[in-house]
Amino acid sequence: MTAVFKNPVIRWIDHRLPVFSYLQHEANDYPTPKNLSYWWNFGSIAGFMLMVMIATGIFLAMQYTPHVDHAFNSVERIMRDVNYGWMLRYLHMNGASMFFIAVYIHIFRGIYYGSFKAPRELLWIIGVLILLLMMATAFMGYVLPWGQMSFWGATVITNLFSAIPVVGDSIVTLLWGGFAVDNPTLNRFFSLHYLLPFVILGVVVVHVLALHRFGSNNPTGIDMKGPQDSIPFHPYYTVKDMYGLGVFMLFYAFWVFFAPVALGDPDNFIPANPLSTPEHIVPEWYFLPFYAILRSIPDKLTGVLAMGASIAVLFILPWLDRSPVRSGAYRPAFKRFFWTLVFVCAILMFAGKYAPANYWLPFELTIVPPEYMAAQAHLESVDALWPISFAGGHFGIQIITLGQIATVYYFAFFLVILPLLSIFERTLPLPLSISKAVLESHGGGAQSSSAAAKEKA
Amino acid sequence: MKKRSILLNGMALVTAVVAVLFIAAAPHEEVDIPKETWSFQGFFGKFDQAQVKRGFQVYKDVCSACHAMNLMSYRNLAQIGFSEDEIKEIAASVQVTDGPNDAGDMFERAGKPSDTFKPPFANEQAARAANNGALPPDLSLIARSRAGKGFAGYEGADYIHAILTGYKEPPAGFQLQDGMNYNEYFRGHQIAMPQPLSDGAVTFADGAPNTLEDESRDVAAFLSWAGEPNLEARHLTGLKAVLFLVVFTLLFYAVKRKVWSKIH
Repeated sequence: MTAVFKNPVIRWIDHRLPVFSYLQHEANDYPTPKNLSYWWNFGSIAGFMLMVMIATGIFLAMQYTPHVDHAFNSVERIMRDVNYGWMLRYLHMNGASMFFIAVYIHIFRGIYYGSFKAPRELLWIIGVLILLLMMATAFMGYVLPWGQMSFWGATVITNLFSAIPVVGDSIVTLLWGGFAVDNPTLNRFFSLHYLLPFVILGVVVVHVLALHRFGSNNPTGIDMKGPQDSIPFHPYYTVKDMYGLGVFMLFYAFWVFFAPVALGDPDNFIPANPLSTPEHIVPEWYFLPFYAILRSIPDKLTGVLAMGASIAVLFILPWLDRSPVRSGAYRPAFKRFFWTLVFVCAILMFAGKYAPANYWLPFELTIVPPEYMAAQAHLESVDALWPISFAGGHFGIQIITLGQIATVYYFAFFLVILPLLSIFERTLPLPLSISKAVLESHGGGAQSSSAAAKEKA
Repeated sequence: MKKRSILLNGMALVTAVVAVLFIAAAPHEEVDIPKETWSFQGFFGKFDQAQVKRGFQVYKDVCSACHAMNLMSYRNLAQIGFSEDEIKEIAASVQVTDGPNDAGDMFERAGKPSDTFKPPFANEQAARAANNGALPPDLSLIARSRAGKGFAGYEGADYIHAILTGYKEPPAGFQLQDGMNYNEYFRGHQIAMPQPLSDGAVTFADGAPNTLEDESRDVAAFLSWAGEPNLEARHLTGLKAVLFLVVFTLLFYAVKRKVWSKIH
């Protein structure tokens, strides 16, 4: 399998340590479906963001002081006195958001095109593991500037573990390194925040290894059947990835340079104060859907379990969606439920942002407290309000109700709709091969004939 | 095929409309902070140096009696156009405690440009004792921590300007607590700080108009600068970055088209 290289030094090394052959094989010649759409760009974009986060993070750590008395000011020192410190910090804090955007699109793409299906189940599971690690890393990173939202976010989220019966309190004490969120908490979060990205990097390597076993899925969801279906990764997908990366970096640069704190919370510019609780404690936007699921169930333990289940359900997705057709493009019913899921996740994000008791007035573009609704309806107490209310001509839905409806759909999609669709859905005929599908989409007009759905399943 | 895509487009449209409704939804606020225009807004935004300088004078003459700015040093004033000598003079106008010296004693000396702004109170307790129990917040980051939330939120400068100009007579029947002041734009309308600025409260060195409105705008601009002294560098670097990325992206787009022309 060793390739032949012209350069004698490379040939000498490659004979003893075939890294160049490996790269030639896995990054250059690597056969890739010729029909990948731009939705397939987000994997490499996520990889790029991981590199940006590690690089900026290493330099930030050189200037940061993990101590409750100095953390806030050391971050402000980075912003003010360190050369280009403001840029490093804005790249890092907005980079977290960009990383999640890329990864969320990557995950939805995987769900839509059935990229998790046999033989790529393990690839998918490793991906979900990366998501979990990212969430832990992002959460601990947000605590480090030691602002009000850092401190109270840490307090709320770590307290969730106390809902676990018997061992809950011990777990919380272990996380805190004491009996409250304090200096030991900040120290261990800093340590882990530096460690976990390298763990993620390792798992990403395994993710790519698993990917290269069978190669990328593609928009038709059918396997490559021969050389006519594939093209070498380089130069075709290297240039396509670079172009997509350019567009994404423009988007990233807009936030970093022209709206650097729009995705954050202004309260985090106030130093942490354990004696003063902010009015609304909200996590960063990328955690809002999970936060909404947590809060839509009034019982603490059940809420925590539901939040955990919302990720756990992704691990078993390959066994929930048993439809032999991978790609959503040939699954008319699935398509509708899928886009509803995307929409429902947006609703969850929205619901996570506001206090559960508030009402959303869709026709008036506003969120109002329950007291306002009660006053509009001339009610004595807010207890007399309905979750969906027409108080005084104002149509409003309570945030918690919105979150509950969305939560029910989220779980129903995975646990009920997908298994049923696998049995009852009438899928469209698949193209005979990838190259046939490409010709058709270019107006070749060839009659589509059916191929077996999942040959390697 | 056609029918289905119409349906899908319809769904996408409905989703987009509801998404816009979501994004546009703003929490109902008790107070509505009026949005002003500022020289430092927008892609090319820059601080108006003369205005920021006047704002510093407002801070020095009025605010600094109660509010500290512990993240600012006198040397930072060079950025808003004070000369080295002026900065030395401003710093020397305060006495700071330094030491210990070789004999082990603390001593008083005149301030130096490298010193941080001298706080008006020794500690939080002293500040509360002097202010009826209320703590005047540090102003270094006030423009950032009081900004509205989200992409379209109001600026911290809008909030500062609103508070400083929002002192009014309480409406009839309003229960004002002892030692509190009525302010139209403060949450709950009761603020411990008495009205700090008024027409003519500061006489500007450059002879600029000194109505309440001018003073409030100037000090809001100063505090915005203090909250993010690197704002101009950020905007300038951002324009360069975007320019570079546009060229980078177009280049790769052209290469992509060329390379893929063999496939299509």
